[in-house]
Amino acid sequence: MPSDANKSPSAHTTRFWHDPAKRAILFQSLLVIAVLGFVGMIVQNTLHNLESRGITTGFAFLSQEAGFGIVQSLIDYTESSSYGRTFFVGLLNTLLVSALGVVAATVIGFVMGIARLSNNWLIAKVASAYVEIFRNIPLLIQIFFWYFAVLRALPSPRQSLEPLDNIFINVRGLYMPEPIYGDGFGWVVVAFLLAVVAVIGIARWSKKRQDETGQRFPLFWTAAGLLIGLPLVVYWIMGSPMTWDNPVLKGFNFRGGMTIIPELAALWLALSIYTAAFIAEIVRSGIEAISSGQTEAASALGLSKSKVLRLVVVPQAVRVIIPPLTSQYLNLIKNSSLATAIGYPDLVSVFAGTTLNQTGQAIEVIFMTMLVYLTLSLLVSAFMNWFNTRMALVER
Amino acid sequence: MSMTHQVEDDKLMVEMRGVNKWYGQFHVLKDVNLEVKKGERIVICGPSGSGKSTTIRCINRLEEHQKGDIIVDGTTLNNDLKNIETIRREVGMVFQHFNLFPHLTVLENCALAPIWVRKTPRDEAEEIAMKYLRRVKIEEQALKYPGQLSGGQQQRVAIARSLCMNPQIMLFDEPTSALDPEMIKEVLDVMVELADEGMTMICVTHEMGFAKTVADRVIFMDKGQIIEENEPHEFFNNPQSERTQAFLSQILNH
Ligand SMILES: Nc1ncnc2c1ncn2[C@@H]1O[C@H](COP(=O)(O)OP(=O)(O)OP(=O)(O)O)[C@@H](O)[C@H]1O
Ligand SMILES: [Mg+2]
Repeated sequence: MPSDANKSPSAHTTRFWHDPAKRAILFQSLLVIAVLGFVGMIVQNTLHNLESRGITTGFAFLSQEAGFGIVQSLIDYTESSSYGRTFFVGLLNTLLVSALGVVAATVIGFVMGIARLSNNWLIAKVASAYVEIFRNIPLLIQIFFWYFAVLRALPSPRQSLEPLDNIFINVRGLYMPEPIYGDGFGWVVVAFLLAVVAVIGIARWSKKRQDETGQRFPLFWTAAGLLIGLPLVVYWIMGSPMTWDNPVLKGFNFRGGMTIIPELAALWLALSIYTAAFIAEIVRSGIEAISSGQTEAASALGLSKSKVLRLVVVPQAVRVIIPPLTSQYLNLIKNSSLATAIGYPDLVSVFAGTTLNQTGQAIEVIFMTMLVYLTLSLLVSAFMNWFNTRMALVER
Repeated sequence: MSMTHQVEDDKLMVEMRGVNKWYGQFHVLKDVNLEVKKGERIVICGPSGSGKSTTIRCINRLEEHQKGDIIVDGTTLNNDLKNIETIRREVGMVFQHFNLFPHLTVLENCALAPIWVRKTPRDEAEEIAMKYLRRVKIEEQALKYPGQLSGGQQQRVAIARSLCMNPQIMLFDEPTSALDPEMIKEVLDVMVELADEGMTMICVTHEMGFAKTVADRVIFMDKGQIIEENEPHEFFNNPQSERTQAFLSQILNH
């Protein structure tokens, strides 16, 4: 058009603003410059402050002696161990409570989620009450509840509860017998591994046979029999090469056996029960997202209720459930850092707490701690993504 | 009507006697009586909400009736799960919205029930599946997922999936109402062919052309009751009740 042609020289600058691609580049460049400037300012400022206070930077402190004790350690640790070792003690404790929490939260969450869909009025109501109560109370309060109100109220070691022989519960923790492996126990382990291999083989064979002849094989019971039976038989042949180290009351406390300290128990309970409430909701909505038409079509073909669930509903629901389930796992891992509040020796409490206070190496310690959580989270996400793509829904 | 078609007068496939059903206070089915002989083709029509779907869904117990008897191929429907599963094996159903399993390929959709219900070896089940997919002229799509097919194709797969169980009776609940006009014919063609082969069929449909050419009997339902039933010629040319006349004039004149 003529009017356009007339304007074109002066319209040049306006055009730039109207081109989304060019505009995006401009904004992104401005943003990068701003971020770089900000980071540079912080670094310079920090270095200046450290210098003026005479604090040394670097990771040399990791090999110095820590000089403090830790109540629970999965690896050898004494007060004369190094600060570097406190990092690993804390890391392992974080991993321990996170792993226990993820497993328990998943089990409780799935049970509660399915229970909410139950036709049984009472079961459904109990499950919804569970969800509403535990997801609406702050996690920290729940940790305090389990630690101070429940576990701190347990009797002293002398009045320990003994629910089963040689298992003691008291205010200092849960004491259990610890297995001591004698000569020849290795063969029991070998027998178990052989059973695992055999079960995998049988599973393949039975699937192949079903494909070929349509006959079903009682895989579950065979597997259970092999996995338990074979090691038991070998155990018996080797003359029972295992003894128990029982906890015994000596003075005011128990010696021997294995202990679950109340800090771990409280944190584990709180993390799993709290996260399970969210997982239950995810499971419920995942199953509800599968339309009733799917169940109807499958039932109309003559599939039994359990096969409808197994072959049609669950495979579709799992794909809906996995992404939000992943974020619950990540939340649980990060929430485990609330350990500090009751003194469970996790990474934050031990390393970003005591170690940081004693050494003053704030930057290094916080940096390492953040890196650990970041790595853990990315690993979990990567695993769950891999799992999800394996199940990915092919759709238009 | 086709030449090969034969109704066996002495063999009842479905028998509904005094069937009543309530949704809470709402009386959906009122004393429904229906007999379907082997080889018979029944079309059920009626206004929306009249209980057509509910009636045929009672036959394979997707809905539970509260009063009366339903006997399918000699088996009485009651709360016995074994009876229900026996009947469902013999009764195929096609839904308005296809309800294919989106996580399985077309072939797997079809082979699923033969494998898990009939305990057919997989190879054999897949052969059966391919046979019926060929019959509904869609074998070239066997390895695709339902989401990759058009509505008409999906409905034909759904029909094949039901046929794989080799049912004695087929129930159709408005199989073409969710389809674009150009796809309706491909599904109706498959249904006509099935009828020609002597399949016992109960179809809820508003496709009056289909009813005229294929049905042995047309049943008109309103407000949960069977108002009128007749062979198609009489039904369309000489409807007895006023409600049928009103319904037909509405459906044929738009
Ligand atoms: N689950 C249910 N709960 C309560 N009422 C229902 C339920 N399902 C159906 N109804 C009611 O029962 C009546 C009959 O429903 P039905 O689906 O059998 O009708 P229909 O004749 O198939 O109608 P349409 O042509 O719309 O499919 C309707 O009034 C419907 O609202
Ligand atoms: Mg209907």
